[in-house]
Amino acid sequence: MDSVIEARDLRKNFGPFVAVDGISFTVSAGECFGILGPNGAGKTSTIRMIYGFSPRTAGELRVFGLEIDKGLRQIKYGIGVCQQENSLDTELTVLQNLEVFAGYFDIEPSAARRRAEDLLKFIALEQRQESPVVELSGGLMRRLMLARALINDPRLLILDEPTTGLDPQSRHQIWNRLEELRAGGLTILLTTHYMEEASRLCDRLIIMDHGRILVEGKPADLIRRHAGRDVIEVSEPTDQLRAFIASKGLAHDDLGHRLIIYCDDRDRLYADVSSRFCRQGCIMRMATLEDVFLKLTGRELRE
Amino acid sequence: MSPSGDFHISRRFLRVWKRNLTVYRKNWKISFLPPLLEPLFYLMAFGVGLSALVGNLPYRGSEISYIAFIAPALISINMMYNAFFETTYSSFVRMYYQKTFDAMMATPLFLDEVIIGEIVWGATKSVMATAIMQGVLSLFGLIAYPEGLLILPLSFLGGMAFGAIGMYFTAIVSHIDIFNLPVFLFITPMFLFSGTFFPLETLPLWAQRLSYLFPLTHLVETVRTLSFGRIEPSLALNVLYLTVFTVVFSPWSIIKMRRRLIK
Repeated sequence: MDSVIEARDLRKNFGPFVAVDGISFTVSAGECFGILGPNGAGKTSTIRMIYGFSPRTAGELRVFGLEIDKGLRQIKYGIGVCQQENSLDTELTVLQNLEVFAGYFDIEPSAARRRAEDLLKFIALEQRQESPVVELSGGLMRRLMLARALINDPRLLILDEPTTGLDPQSRHQIWNRLEELRAGGLTILLTTHYMEEASRLCDRLIIMDHGRILVEGKPADLIRRHAGRDVIEVSEPTDQLRAFIASKGLAHDDLGHRLIIYCDDRDRLYADVSSRFCRQGCIMRMATLEDVFLKLTGRELRE
Repeated sequence: MSPSGDFHISRRFLRVWKRNLTVYRKNWKISFLPPLLEPLFYLMAFGVGLSALVGNLPYRGSEISYIAFIAPALISINMMYNAFFETTYSSFVRMYYQKTFDAMMATPLFLDEVIIGEIVWGATKSVMATAIMQGVLSLFGLIAYPEGLLILPLSFLGGMAFGAIGMYFTAIVSHIDIFNLPVFLFITPMFLFSGTFFPLETLPLWAQRLSYLFPLTHLVETVRTLSFGRIEPSLALNVLYLTVFTVVFSPWSIIKMRRRLIK
């Protein structure tokens, strides 16, 4: 399969601070690829290098098979970017926002109008096309940002935390649209710190921290590999439980007031733990990407 | 693209210009008012009020009314304000608060084109405001023609000069309130000491020489000469100064902007 992005030993320094510390990955055509990580992990720095916003410090980077330095203008024509912060032209109407943006890609006004109208239907905003952007809610603005990123019919869509700060309804709206785009074969590169978003949308993902890639793989594989099938959470664990876990050599995280056991042989262990050691609450649930994420990146606060 | 790399400038800067025009047309009715009304206010205050005290002035061997003396200065100040305030406050809002530059940089546009587009837009505002103001002042017979027609292309050059230095300040200020400083230290002295409201010759020699560093002095001299229906060789020097000013500050503002935005 053609690779859309090839990064080898990609590095980004800000003065003495190393934001991206020599990462390598490949994104294939038609794939939805996720970059996950806590704040400051280097996600945004990475994608900014890919769409030519920041020069890289070192390493090789090819997009659409083109060397980023040599083919940047050409690369930029093929990418649609939805940045973290909304950057709409607030004085203009919804439709004008798309038309003006189409101009940046040298799209003829009549073609721009057609494309803009199609996109507004796609994001269910066609009724509001004459509304000034200032009157839109946060969710609608985000949808318009997504539509704007598609104005040039990109070969690669880059989304930097597309649903941060949205209510659940708006978030699901965006997810549905992105799933349609993915089904249509569009290559998508996505950063997020919503694990649900990553599990649902990404074919493959990397988890980054401190500028490095910790793991790479399909969401389901990563969960199986790093968290097992199931998770048992115990509130107010006793010392007996701790001793029991140690004796069995079970993978776990001890958070003091809560203990998390990663397991595969769900029923027997759960029966054991809940009948013998549970004073407060004790639940078993399926392991999620969030378990993997927290296990790998730790639970202490960033920033 | 690194802070010191080659400049990437193509016709695409016109897209940035076009975007600003589209926004401008949204509230053009309000934007048209200041250049239309301001000369009328000034004519009222100076022509009716102050002129009675000042009387006539000697200018190049003839007597002229005070209002005829300051009319070209009003046009020049208008050019300066329109370009300078566009590429300072307005550009800063687009860059810092609205993230317009960030959005543009994620398209085939390069930052250099964004900056040139902004400066040329500032110059365009200078031209539009000049056309309106010149129209009003011409009704009062304060501008001689056909020489006065050259004021319009000059307003573009003046707009480029002030737009470029405005953009330079935008690249280096940390916060929008800091613009008070260049306004107070650069714009206000020019407004007063560029041969605007009194002839430069009344200043001590050292101050006269100093005032020739101000681009506004050159602009006022040119507009005034043209308004009185003259075309003199010395105008070439004024135009040259404004050109050099533009040619220095446009790339300098781009370099400073790269340092600020490209990380």
